[in-house]
Amino acid sequence: MDGDILEFIRVKDVSKQYKNGVTAVYDLNLKIKKGDFVFIIGGTGSGKSTLIKMLYREEKPTKGEIIVGGLNVAKLRNSKVYKLRRKLGIVFQDYRLLQKSTVYENVAFALEVIGTKKEEIHEKVLKALELVGLKGKLRNYPDQLSGGEQQRVAIARAIVNEPKLLLCDEPTGNLDPEKSMEIMKVLEEINNATGTTIIMATHDKDIVNKMRKRVITLKDGRLISDEEKGKYHNEAI
Amino acid sequence: MKPFRMFVRSIRDAFKSVFRNFSLSLASISCISITLIIVAIALLASLNINNFAKMIKEDVTIVVFVDREVEEAGIGVIRAKLDQISNISTITYKSKAELREEMQASSSMLEATMKDWSEEDNPLKDTFQIKVEDIEKIDETASTIEKIDGIDSVNYGETMVNKFLAAFRMVEKGTILAVILLIVVTVFLIINTIKLTIFSRKREISIMRLVGASNFSIKMPFVIEGMILGVIGSIIPILIVIYGYYAMYRHFGGQIFSPLIKLITPEPFIYLISLVVLVIGILVGMIGSYQAVRKYLKI
Repeated sequence: MDGDILEFIRVKDVSKQYKNGVTAVYDLNLKIKKGDFVFIIGGTGSGKSTLIKMLYREEKPTKGEIIVGGLNVAKLRNSKVYKLRRKLGIVFQDYRLLQKSTVYENVAFALEVIGTKKEEIHEKVLKALELVGLKGKLRNYPDQLSGGEQQRVAIARAIVNEPKLLLCDEPTGNLDPEKSMEIMKVLEEINNATGTTIIMATHDKDIVNKMRKRVITLKDGRLISDEEKGKYHNEAI
Repeated sequence: MKPFRMFVRSIRDAFKSVFRNFSLSLASISCISITLIIVAIALLASLNINNFAKMIKEDVTIVVFVDREVEEAGIGVIRAKLDQISNISTITYKSKAELREEMQASSSMLEATMKDWSEEDNPLKDTFQIKVEDIEKIDETASTIEKIDGIDSVNYGETMVNKFLAAFRMVEKGTILAVILLIVVTVFLIINTIKLTIFSRKREISIMRLVGASNFSIKMPFVIEGMILGVIGSIIPILIVIYGYYAMYRHFGGQIFSPLIKLITPEPFIYLISLVVLVIGILVGMIGSYQAVRKYLKI
């Protein structure tokens, strides 16, 4: 590996063409430092979701190289994907919670499946739920929570294993502006408190403009701008 | 410690999910039960048919007639030679005098004609009655015996024996094929039923993958669940085997048509079959679950 230790994620000459012939990403090059908070913006079909999916190895790039925390993601075999997933947390627009499990069980699930000790699970789950402000709703089921609260449970599940990287694919897509800002506050707090690198795909203009973070803009699968403390570019839509 | 902890969790999760998804579990269980009942009946039938075949085979005897000129010393020589033939299991000698007595005793008509014969008049011949170990080689053994000096002729109902042998071979092959086919069909049926169960839990599996569960730890609870379904599914078939076979055995008095065709005695036979049914149930449940969950793991 060539490099500076701060270079946590490296995307080199990556293209992605889906089996149906659609090319979602063209020749993309990116470097992301440890502890960064990065927005990836762009309209529908800009390739931002594809990029996120390639980072957690749901999709494989057709061409190029993706390194996440020293792991060559593009070359990772299906049976080894779990090694990558344990290093990162993922949050989706649709929360993806287990409806038949309580808030506590949902967050604990992420630790149980990797074989963590019971006492350690208890301690970490409470810590994560406290961080997202849901310590009072341990025994509630997801359908008893608001959308914003459900998303905070999903965030707690994503960070409970203390990952180095948190990927968020339109986490505020289903929420009203007020709830969206609450989620952003939680994410910023996580970023500040633990130094977790956060990459968030969004098309929410207000959020991007308020947060003043690094903004990577994609259009039709190509990188069109990459700015520190950037703003939402209208041509991205 | 960690693998053990995960194993215990797998077992707990497996039990939980059997009861949480009870209607789907019930579908799998009844599918396993019905097919295992058919497999069990096929097993009982085929083993009994094989048993009939074996008993009839054991009943086949080669009758060796000794030349009239052979003296008592010669009989001993022939016996020694017979002892050396490898395929023979038992040899029973009957002198013509003994045969005569037997025949006289068996019917009054024979008694009337035979009682006046003097010892020299007896037209019967001394015989050896021989049972063979491997009936497939009976032709060979018979012709070897025939070559021994002092043997007049050999008789074992060649044409009937050969016909029987051909029929048994067909029945044996047929029943084995039927049982294997049934088991294969069962596996497919169960794979599909369990696939339905697992399909409804696609979300759970995808979340497990998302949070970094290894493929092995994802599969484990499902495989154990399949095992539990297999065990529960084999309860009714086992009860049917045990009580059904006892009832049938008593109904027929242990034999069919003639005392020659005996049913296998229930103990320990039915327990053995029950064990086989249980093992098939467990294996089929495990394989079904494993195959079904593999689909969602992109291996």
